[in-house]
Amino acid sequence: MAESITTDPLTPVLSATWGADRSWTLQTYEQHEGYAGLRAALRQQPGEIIDTVKESGLRGRGGAGFPTGMKWGFLPKPDGGPRYLVVNADESEPGTCKDIPLMLAAPHLLVEGVVITSFAIGCNHAFIYVRGEVVHVYRRLMQAVEEAYAAGYLGRNILGSGFDLDITVHAGAGAYICGEETALLDSLEGLRGQPRLKPPFPAVAGLYARPTVVNNVESIASVPSIIRRGPDWFKSMGTEKSTGYGIFSLSGHVTRPGQYEAPLGTTLRQLLDLAGGIREGHELKFWTPGGSSTPIFTAEHLDVPLDFEQVAAAGSMLGTRALQIFDETTCVVRATLRWTEFYAHESCGKCTPCREGTFWMKQVLRRLEAGQGTEEDLDTLLDQCDNILGRAFCALGDGATSPVMSSIKYFRDEFIAHQREGRCPFDPVASTLFAGADIQ
Amino acid sequence: MAIPAQTRERLATECRQIMARYPQRRSALLPMLHLVQSEEGYVSPDGIALCAELLDLTAAEVAAVATFYTQFKRHPNGEYTVGVCTNTLCAVMGGDAIYDSLSEHLGVGHDETTEDGKITLERIECNAACDYAPVVMVNWEFFDNQTPASAREVTDRLRAGEDVAPTRGAAKVCTFKEISRVLAGFPDGRANEGVGAGPATLEGVRLAERNGWKAPSQDGDGTQSGPSEEK
Ligand SMILES: Cc1cc2nc3c(=O)[nH]c(=O)nc-3n(C[C@H](O)[C@H](O)[C@H](O)COP(=O)(O)O)c2cc1C
Ligand code: SF4
Repeated sequence: MAESITTDPLTPVLSATWGADRSWTLQTYEQHEGYAGLRAALRQQPGEIIDTVKESGLRGRGGAGFPTGMKWGFLPKPDGGPRYLVVNADESEPGTCKDIPLMLAAPHLLVEGVVITSFAIGCNHAFIYVRGEVVHVYRRLMQAVEEAYAAGYLGRNILGSGFDLDITVHAGAGAYICGEETALLDSLEGLRGQPRLKPPFPAVAGLYARPTVVNNVESIASVPSIIRRGPDWFKSMGTEKSTGYGIFSLSGHVTRPGQYEAPLGTTLRQLLDLAGGIREGHELKFWTPGGSSTPIFTAEHLDVPLDFEQVAAAGSMLGTRALQIFDETTCVVRATLRWTEFYAHESCGKCTPCREGTFWMKQVLRRLEAGQGTEEDLDTLLDQCDNILGRAFCALGDGATSPVMSSIKYFRDEFIAHQREGRCPFDPVASTLFAGADIQ
Repeated sequence: MAIPAQTRERLATECRQIMARYPQRRSALLPMLHLVQSEEGYVSPDGIALCAELLDLTAAEVAAVATFYTQFKRHPNGEYTVGVCTNTLCAVMGGDAIYDSLSEHLGVGHDETTEDGKITLERIECNAACDYAPVVMVNWEFFDNQTPASAREVTDRLRAGEDVAPTRGAAKVCTFKEISRVLAGFPDGRANEGVGAGPATLEGVRLAERNGWKAPSQDGDGTQSGPSEEK
């Protein structure tokens, strides 16, 4: 079982082929056991595949961590009408940068996962909704789908199994909210991307009001390896309730930012060790464990195992393992203001707490950052968070409160220092990548 | 700018091809808007009317959708959209300085176009390339680890009509109209150009290779490799 086994610090599965020559082609993918998982899956009953994924403990990699196999199991019994799989490839949560490089380097990993998942849930038309702002990723996905049709992995009677599947790769057009699964479905139906009331959940009434599974790219890309190597293999990595490997994305003030695929439960201290530490001559100040919607952490959280339970117990969320790392040169008020401007910009406007609340938080934070705020402004901000959190229509509103509440919690003094000095006490040049270099 | 009848006919045919990709034709609206944008460089009243007619919608219904999404332009766009990420991480790593420098250099602000019609400058949100911060997107291709000077140079070369290659993407940045057509789902044959992954993407894989680190070999028997400890 999971506890007794020591795995290597890094466990590349999804990323294993990214460095291969022409890694994105079918030929390269097949040379690395590509579509072996599909062949194995097609020899099984769909229900067995769902059981295997349940057994593996795989939890959604798109942020919320919902058990993937259980989600598939929620679909009602087939009624003869269509059922859909929609892959969420909208990746827009600030700090999150794993799905895009995955699809650029290994689009077939996703395509194979889509075919297996579709077979398991009885879907004959799947969609990949990719954000529109990554044209080369869209090219690679379209080509991968074309290659898969030509090789008989898509289309009619796939590999002689009698199973039919079409994939449509769909480009969005710029809107963070379209990553929220029900907004994504509205957008895919050709509407403004605004969240839907739940219930009904997509499993019951999703795309075109039909039973629909929405899963993240990394979740679906994990399926082929689970089918090929079994649930026990998957569970031999990670922690008891957060099994398997996951991509940790390190960005910001680290020596070697990048993608590090490791067992869930790895700590930031261990990851920093692999990434060469905080950039030379500096020290860690604050970081996000899972994107900007997850409350920030500080150096006191270096040893928190990064799995769903333990990050939550420490007061944040694992989210998308988007580790944005900031050293002591960074002004936390500036960071919070910018994130808040982002949420205000991306608020879809459907509900009042988020639409109005993010706007007002932005105004107050601007004042504070300019050194013209007061200490009461901090209470006003916390009050505004109170009015959004739990009252917004979707999780975007809740997410908008995370940076504000957590930065005030850990760095109250820094907000006050702005007021005392009547300006931001930080030099923005010192925190840039090119600080000190003569490249202005 | 009115769409000539012949062009309109071709666009209508292509729009029907897009509709055929979906069980319900309204799903085609976003790609159709990318397509009309590829013709005129923005979503014009004519383009909206065409989409509305083909989908049995009112022009107001189509406009309501078009205005929701930041990639759809309401006035003619430059040949190249230069988007500087100024979300928190990129801003801190230098995105703010890059944006300011470009704005001054080009003499335009957010969502404004240079007089020669070449460049539309934008502040953009996180584009999922944080490990390459600060990031600049030109027509939605990645320019990684930029500086104010490197970004200015990119714009100078674009304005001089040179081919400019992104860090991770096609062999050269295509025009705004060309990439809009790709986003409508009409491939331009460039998928095999460029790298599979940049250095930051491969940081973890390479480190694992050097140390012999792997996922367990089978069935959770936990091969404890890792004799070497190089970091
Ligand atoms: C504002 C907002 C943005 C989101 N963006 C994404 C996204 O870009 N990609 C993603 O997979 N999930 C995103 N999610 C989560 C999805 O709603 C959903 O939980 C996820 O796609 C389910 O897939 P999973 O179970 O495989 O994680 C977002 C949620 C919210 C509230
Ligand atoms: S919380 Fe914000 S994004 Fe979500 S529905 Fe309300 S206004 Fe829209």
